[in-house]
Amino acid sequence: MKRLFPILSVITAALLAYALYEALVVAPTERTMGDVQRIFYYHVPSAWTAFLLFLVNLVASVTYLVRRNPKADALAVVCAEVGVVFCTIVLVTGPIWARPVWGIWWTWDVRLTTTLVLWLIYVSYLVLRRFSDSAQTPVLAAVLAIFGALDVPLVYFSIWFFRTQHPQPVIGGGGSLDPRMAHVLLINWLAFSCFAFLVCWSRYRLELMQREIEEAHAMESLAGTGVAAKASMPLGRSSR
Amino acid sequence: MKYLFAAYIATWAIHGIYLGSLVQRFKRLRQQWKELGKK
Repeated sequence: MKRLFPILSVITAALLAYALYEALVVAPTERTMGDVQRIFYYHVPSAWTAFLLFLVNLVASVTYLVRRNPKADALAVVCAEVGVVFCTIVLVTGPIWARPVWGIWWTWDVRLTTTLVLWLIYVSYLVLRRFSDSAQTPVLAAVLAIFGALDVPLVYFSIWFFRTQHPQPVIGGGGSLDPRMAHVLLINWLAFSCFAFLVCWSRYRLELMQREIEEAHAMESLAGTGVAAKASMPLGRSSR
Repeated sequence: MKYLFAAYIATWAIHGIYLGSLVQRFKRLRQQWKELGKK
């Protein structure tokens, strides 16, 4: 495992560099929008990666609720945090694309608003994990994660159900995407997915390390107060 | 082109800030781990 991480890191770095080259040089220039359309190669894969991470967060949260497995809880925290990073990129690159194309940075369109709500739900999830000391925090956070995940299909299908300014989906939306553009898009998604996997891996190891340290501190303080017998109680605090 | 570069730079800036925060957290936890080992 120790060797696998550096090997995967080198492969991911090469893939990201190749994906960047494809996006900037190889992909054809879009007729009406010009070069600004290339933002799409970062914006869309970031959105898909965020959705994927929120889906893993949902599965891990449900697993935690059913089995009370602390590793599932740790995975849920990690996916939510990295998912928020990717969702932030979506919310930043979207307006940068919208300004030259629509003439405005932001509009309260269904797709944009539901994406902002999604981001706010997962930020509140992380705030809950960060500031709540209660032993019930992982359970409350898991329930919040389920509500958050309900917003993901709403974000994705909003452009089918409502009239919206946002472009139609590139996959399954009835639009015709140039095959060379689709290829570059998928290369970028693969690169960002690999990158997200590596970040989650590192963050998961950090989370486990932090929990071990917190447990050791708790044992130490319990031993100091003479109630070491209760030291097997689960820790409520997790993410920091 | 300025919007395109702004979007790409913003993306990597956000990733960079997040990765930097992970490195800081790792350093802090490693320090705590060492202090625990001394006790």
